[in-house]
Amino acid sequence: MMQVNRLDSGGLIERSQPLNFSFNGRPYVGYAGDTLASALLANDVLLVGRSFKLHRPRGIVAAGAEEPNAIMQVGRGAATLPNLRATQVELYEGLEAWSTKGWPGLRIDFAALNDTFGRVFSAGFYYKTFLRPRLLWPAYEWFIRRSAGFGTAPTQPDPDRYEHVNAHCDVLVVGGGPSGLAAALAAGRAGARVILADENPAYGGSLLGSRERIDGQRAGNWIRAAVGELSTLDDVTLLSRATVFGYHDHNFLTISERCERTPGIATGNVRERLWRVRAREVVLAQGAFERPLAFCNNDRPGVMLASAVSTYLRQYAVSPGHRAVVFTNNDSAYQTALDLKRAGCGVTIIDSRRRGAADLRMRTDEDDIPVLTRHLVTDVTGRFGVTSVSVAQWSGDASQTVTSNIHIDCDLVVMSGGWSPAVHLHSQAGGRNTWNTDLQCFVPAETAQANRSAGAANGKLSLRDCLADGHAAGSAAAERCGFAPAADQAPAAENQHENPPEPLWRVPADEDPDRCPKQFVDFQNDTSVADIRLAAREGYRNVEHVKRYTALGFGTDQGKLGNINGMAVLAECLEVPVEEVGTTTFRPAYTPVTFGVCAGDGVRDLFDPVRKTPLHEWHEAQNAPFEVVGQWHRPWYFPQDGEDLQGAVARECRATRRSVGIMDASTLGKIDVKGPDAVEFLERMYTHNIAKMRVGRCAYGILLGEDGMLLDDGVMARLGEQHFYLTTTTGGAARVLSWHEKWLQTEWPNLEVYLTSVTDHFSTIAVAGPNGRRLLQKVGCDIDLGADAFPFMHVRDAVLGGLPVQLFRVSFSGELAFEISIDSCLALGIWEALIDAGKEFDVTPYGTETMHVLRAEKGFVIVGQETDGSVTPFDLRMNWLLGKDKDFIGKRSLERPDCRRPDRKQLVGLLSEDNETVLPEGTQLIEHARITKPMPMLGHVTSSYMSACLGHPIALALVSGGHERVGATIFASLSDRDAVPVRIVSPVFYDPNNERQRD
Amino acid sequence: MLLIECPWCGERAESEFVYGGEAGIVRPADPAALSDEEWADYLFMRKNPRGAHRELWNHAAGCRRWFGVERDTVSYAIARSFRLQHG
Repeated sequence: MMQVNRLDSGGLIERSQPLNFSFNGRPYVGYAGDTLASALLANDVLLVGRSFKLHRPRGIVAAGAEEPNAIMQVGRGAATLPNLRATQVELYEGLEAWSTKGWPGLRIDFAALNDTFGRVFSAGFYYKTFLRPRLLWPAYEWFIRRSAGFGTAPTQPDPDRYEHVNAHCDVLVVGGGPSGLAAALAAGRAGARVILADENPAYGGSLLGSRERIDGQRAGNWIRAAVGELSTLDDVTLLSRATVFGYHDHNFLTISERCERTPGIATGNVRERLWRVRAREVVLAQGAFERPLAFCNNDRPGVMLASAVSTYLRQYAVSPGHRAVVFTNNDSAYQTALDLKRAGCGVTIIDSRRRGAADLRMRTDEDDIPVLTRHLVTDVTGRFGVTSVSVAQWSGDASQTVTSNIHIDCDLVVMSGGWSPAVHLHSQAGGRNTWNTDLQCFVPAETAQANRSAGAANGKLSLRDCLADGHAAGSAAAERCGFAPAADQAPAAENQHENPPEPLWRVPADEDPDRCPKQFVDFQNDTSVADIRLAAREGYRNVEHVKRYTALGFGTDQGKLGNINGMAVLAECLEVPVEEVGTTTFRPAYTPVTFGVCAGDGVRDLFDPVRKTPLHEWHEAQNAPFEVVGQWHRPWYFPQDGEDLQGAVARECRATRRSVGIMDASTLGKIDVKGPDAVEFLERMYTHNIAKMRVGRCAYGILLGEDGMLLDDGVMARLGEQHFYLTTTTGGAARVLSWHEKWLQTEWPNLEVYLTSVTDHFSTIAVAGPNGRRLLQKVGCDIDLGADAFPFMHVRDAVLGGLPVQLFRVSFSGELAFEISIDSCLALGIWEALIDAGKEFDVTPYGTETMHVLRAEKGFVIVGQETDGSVTPFDLRMNWLLGKDKDFIGKRSLERPDCRRPDRKQLVGLLSEDNETVLPEGTQLIEHARITKPMPMLGHVTSSYMSACLGHPIALALVSGGHERVGATIFASLSDRDAVPVRIVSPVFYDPNNERQRD
Repeated sequence: MLLIECPWCGERAESEFVYGGEAGIVRPADPAALSDEEWADYLFMRKNPRGAHRELWNHAAGCRRWFGVERDTVSYAIARSFRLQHG
């Protein structure tokens, strides 16, 4: 059975290039130029899926983005793509596709029982049925998810490449049909920078394969000439296979371009490209969507949109049937009848209107097509394919039932319920739509951004009007960008008179609409006329609520096929005009886009920038694991001889406290502050007294938010009368600089202060431990490092090992310590000199974990670990840092009653009474061991480590009223065993009198 | 993606900027003299208007300057960008 529905001639396919593909495991052959949908139809594959809820057999309905049924899983393994519309998948050699619904198979689908009991499965069925008992919901959910049968996401990394491109243009034309081509020509000829994007492989839109004539030539020749001219214009960019899927703020649009058709072949080529376009003007010419008609069983395989049938005949030379019934309420489907007749099909036209078509009526007479006016197709017979339709004469009164006494045998039902302009992008941009009574559709009204709609997207449905409208839009857009219009005429086509469509939102049946067989409005979501009527009866009036109750307009097509019909049915129930019901909100994306193209090349190594210190390679050579802090990669610990984290940290801690350790602290944020008003500025920003700091002094400084909460901390050094050096936390560097700049620029622009980020310019090496001084002396230092000449909390310029450095006597470990600040280019030399010279002291490099343990033993807090934006200096017992005789940011807030509550969570130390339990960080603290509900939470553990130097675990915690509760025993709630008793102690576990760091 | 004009660098994409909230909030000269309610008003209360809004933006990935923007909170249309007054 080879392509039985393929016509012998015609179409835009390449018959010389057959392509093998498979669907649900069966092999087929199509041609280059086919879509998966046209190739399936050519092979007479009518059953392509099962519906979402009722699991009814479904066939291909449409030829574009609005296709509701032919939802495919394409490709295997890492490159598989779920939920593709077969109508939008270009055929390629070896393509493998599977239907995403139907279990165990398409023909025998167990869940089709849902259809047998279809009356039960009405709107809100899931809400009403699976509400109780609540305990059973997980079981319900498993079954519902399984039967919903969405496609499967790949589980391995995507092997394909994607990229992002930024572009600017004067005029972006969306859609390359007759209107879009005319617009692009007009704008391009005027000299504007134009981007023309069309989602299909070929330009032409509705003109592709048509017999229309433009400017006296066949449509195909006109398209070729137009595209040819556009490609010669330097400032015109042509993008095919490119879907404009988002219209964002300030004329920023996103386009997904499909470059490489075959997924997962790892050619190194870009698979898809995301264009981020800023356009001065936009012309929206995406055309219009044909609407289905809501008659009984209108979802049977073999019931298709008229325009889709014409597309399959003209572009792909595929005839989806041999005996067709065309059911319409407007003139456009007559063209499809002619196309079918020319392809050798038998055709009968059923027109709901009294008058039938205008011009085309005569031409169909010539072609001998019978036309029944004021008749309706009321029902379809056939389960896996159409076998006949029931037809009734109609009075024109939609509220009455009818009597179907005519039966016509056929294998194809072609329907046309009129046209809805694709107002999606116009609406995404914030534009309004109005109801056009003549055309029975929403058309774009006021725009919210610099855009205009043209052609069918603007409610201009004839070719002649499309060309004129597109040309005018292109000229006007170019003129708005300052380009004088070219002296050209709009392309011209023959005028066609059409009789207006008549509304037929719900086709009367032999029974009333709530009892008759299902009349589908939204095929993908199984939403029927009766469902919308039920929602209205149950009190839903707002279209957004009806959408969520009935699922109207969800899914891959987002209501492109059925929404307007559904809204009109709702309007009828509510007895209001359609425009009063309105549309649901149009949001990006217009059609689904892949995660791959959203991510672009920002994956793997390029996912996030990595910041490395100048000593990074040295750390790597020691096999240090790295901890990611912000974007920095910091050595976590330095394992020796198969040590684990715990073993290495215990050794590093002991060595540092016993002799000397060195650490790479280069990631500290560093800000250089200069200017005549530097003191005044810092007085206002920091809590301690700045003016009293003598040159050469260091101080611990904290920053508060204006709400009084701790924001960041660091060391401040006074390098000169008007010169300070600040450090910030590793993660807070950018935030703190921005915070300072904001106050300086917006509140105190009269202060003359200059802030410079020097984080990367200087590297910092901490030398900590009782032998630290001896180590520096051995490396060779030109200044007296003695405690009297260079006391704790001072800074000195020095030459160390022959290199210029600044030495800070500050300590984050509680030991005698020096922080060496050095030009980053020279950092490795100093580090290696320290390692070499330190051998006799067993100098030990340590990582972030040991740093954490050492500082926790001293009760030093880490911003973001002990604090969370709700912790005041009082809570941390930092009252001594608050300057009394000056104002500073956050000071007034500390006087608020809430900041003075005695039961605030305050920093304390915790000791496990069993002397061995290391509490997990985040552990909740409770009053009693026995859990009762509700259980008041006293606070939580913020830091917790095994202290090798002390020989027992230590923890820091924030505990309600903790400062007053030192000595008390409370409990830590653990998930895997009973709560354990812990004693509240001072947070300073080691050297409480701070003698070692002053040594 | 808003298109924002930095008064120093010209029009740039929103991704280069950081939002800074309502413009024109002046820090009280003597916070200690304010009642808790007056202080809370300065600290927490913002206009949140429907329509024209004067707000602060920072060209964080550019020149690092803070400046003002007059933006419509409904249409997002930006009427103008302006440099802050220097006292």
